Amino acid sequence: MSQPVISIKGIKKDFKVGEITVHALRGIDLEVEEGEFIAIMGASGSGKSTMLNVLGCLDQPTSGSYWLDGVEIGSLSKNELARLRNQKLGFVFQSYNLLPRTTALENVELPLYYNNKITSKDRREKAIEALHAVGLADRMHHMPNQMSGGQQQRVAIARALVNDPRVILADEATGNLDTRTSYEIMALLQYLNEKGKTIIFVTHEHEIARFMNRSVQFKDGLVARKDNFEKRFLAAELLAMMPSNQNLI
Amino acid sequence: MNYSNLLKISMNAILRNTFRAFLTMLGIIIGVASVIAMLAIGQGSKQSIQDEMSEMGTNMIFIMPGDDRPGGVRMSSSELQSMKLTDVEAIKNECSAVSSVSPVVNSNGQAVFGNKNWPSNIYGVNNQYLEIRKYQLASGRNFTEREIKTYAKVCVIGRTIVENLFDENENPVGQTIRFGSIPFKVIGVLTEKGENGMGQDQDDLILAPYTTIQKRILSITYIQSIFASAASEDLNTLAIEQITETLRQTHNIKSTSEDDFSVRSQSEMVQTFTAISDIMTALLGAIAGISLLVGGIGIMNIMYVSVTERTREIGLRLAIGGRESDIMTQFLVESFLLSVVGGVIGILLGLVSSQAITSILSWPVVVTPASIIFAFLVCSVIGIFFGWYPARKAAGLNPIDALRYE
Repeated sequence: MSQPVISIKGIKKDFKVGEITVHALRGIDLEVEEGEFIAIMGASGSGKSTMLNVLGCLDQPTSGSYWLDGVEIGSLSKNELARLRNQKLGFVFQSYNLLPRTTALENVELPLYYNNKITSKDRREKAIEALHAVGLADRMHHMPNQMSGGQQQRVAIARALVNDPRVILADEATGNLDTRTSYEIMALLQYLNEKGKTIIFVTHEHEIARFMNRSVQFKDGLVARKDNFEKRFLAAELLAMMPSNQNLI
Repeated sequence: MNYSNLLKISMNAILRNTFRAFLTMLGIIIGVASVIAMLAIGQGSKQSIQDEMSEMGTNMIFIMPGDDRPGGVRMSSSELQSMKLTDVEAIKNECSAVSSVSPVVNSNGQAVFGNKNWPSNIYGVNNQYLEIRKYQLASGRNFTEREIKTYAKVCVIGRTIVENLFDENENPVGQTIRFGSIPFKVIGVLTEKGENGMGQDQDDLILAPYTTIQKRILSITYIQSIFASAASEDLNTLAIEQITETLRQTHNIKSTSEDDFSVRSQSEMVQTFTAISDIMTALLGAIAGISLLVGGIGIMNIMYVSVTERTREIGLRLAIGGRESDIMTQFLVESFLLSVVGGVIGILLGLVSSQAITSILSWPVVVTPASIIFAFLVCSVIGIFFGWYPARKAAGLNPIDALRYE
């Protein structure tokens, strides 16, 4: 087995709110192997969002070390972190965060604009490929407001995929969607995971966490519980069992 | 990040909201257009004064009775009558730098021909006056020495007089018009000269021998003013000196006393008018410049609102790998593009409106390349200057907060 994609040791994160120091993370150890699909769970204030920000290189820990794909991020400058986010990470957000009045294709192309090495021809090809991968080849030229929530989230997933990242970070990616659409998104993520993508999924829903191999529960800035699921739920199967009036997949 | 990517990102951002972009640019468009148009009007009037100068000749000199120096009222009627024909003779004989000289007496009244009449001025001059004022004869002839000596009732008339007294196909030469109660035989017609820099019609005049006007109309023996011309433009100063000296002698003015006449040259007048029109141009430009400034503030305003409105977009760009400098540059390029595109449209609009001003109001306008370059540079500077603060605000956003911004 090669080295883990993500390796975290003794991460602490403090925030100063006025006079008080809030300990959001109080010593976290975590390793994520390549190809894992892992849930980070916890109630509000448990520190899971802070963890995600640190994992996403949006925030640097107060202490502790974080290796992403063999690179220790603690010593990196802001610009180097930006490059890391651009090339090694993909983000999926609860509220999609697509640019309005911009076609699906252009939204997916966006991360590649920040990579100098990619020509405009490559950019287009990779974006089309990513949209194919999420099953939206026929919606390429639609604007976000012409698409359903599920479709918008798939565009966002395609955007996270387009730079071929080492890890995809999803933050409550199904939080704004109904059950059926959530399952569709989970089916898509499971499909991508089976093809080898490492995915970290932040959620507070236990039900959703069961679609993953493993879950890590946060409480008060510490890991409270780790579960390994021998048999994960398969979203595609659940979908097939649901009474369907329309099948979007 | 390379520049074509950057440009494309900024273009896309602007094109996503075309109408707002247009409204933002409107301030700059109007500002630049008015700067161009105002400078064009200012330059145009300056140019037309300068054209006139070359048309009239810069070597024209006029001498008027009375001292024009400020410092109190000193115009007495006797002073206004101080100029005599002997002065003209003296200038002609003694001033080597003066090539031509003519006395001038004038009277206004009604010119009548047939059943038509026209209020105008009649100028009593000698036969060198045409040369001094750079008038030319379209038809007929100038009056002769003999006609001056004999108080002949002959006249040379300008185009405006012809148009107002005669039918289109009538030949005025040889006809007799009346000025007041005196009949004058038209012996020549002047070519058209148009308006002068102050909008006076230079073709609305009747020229007759000064003797005739002095004796038959005004009943005076003095003359009202003297027109002369220096032999060349370079001799202007010398000519003025010589004339002053000569007139002081003929008027018996003691060396301690002030002149009882004043000598002015055309080039002096032109300099004065040029200075006035320069001030006017600067003033117009400054007023238009204020609207350009307001336009720039409009851009800052919109960019500022835009940064707030697009907080999540900025958060996203930061999350997917945009560096702070990329965000900063994107917003700077956006405001730069807005103001430069606005500037280009403004320049075109300025050119069009300058043309419109010429064709509708028939004001002379001159659009100089310098004013276009100036307007363009100002726009570029405005774009960067007023884009700076919003761009810095955008780049300084925390991606985590920006992504969660509602």
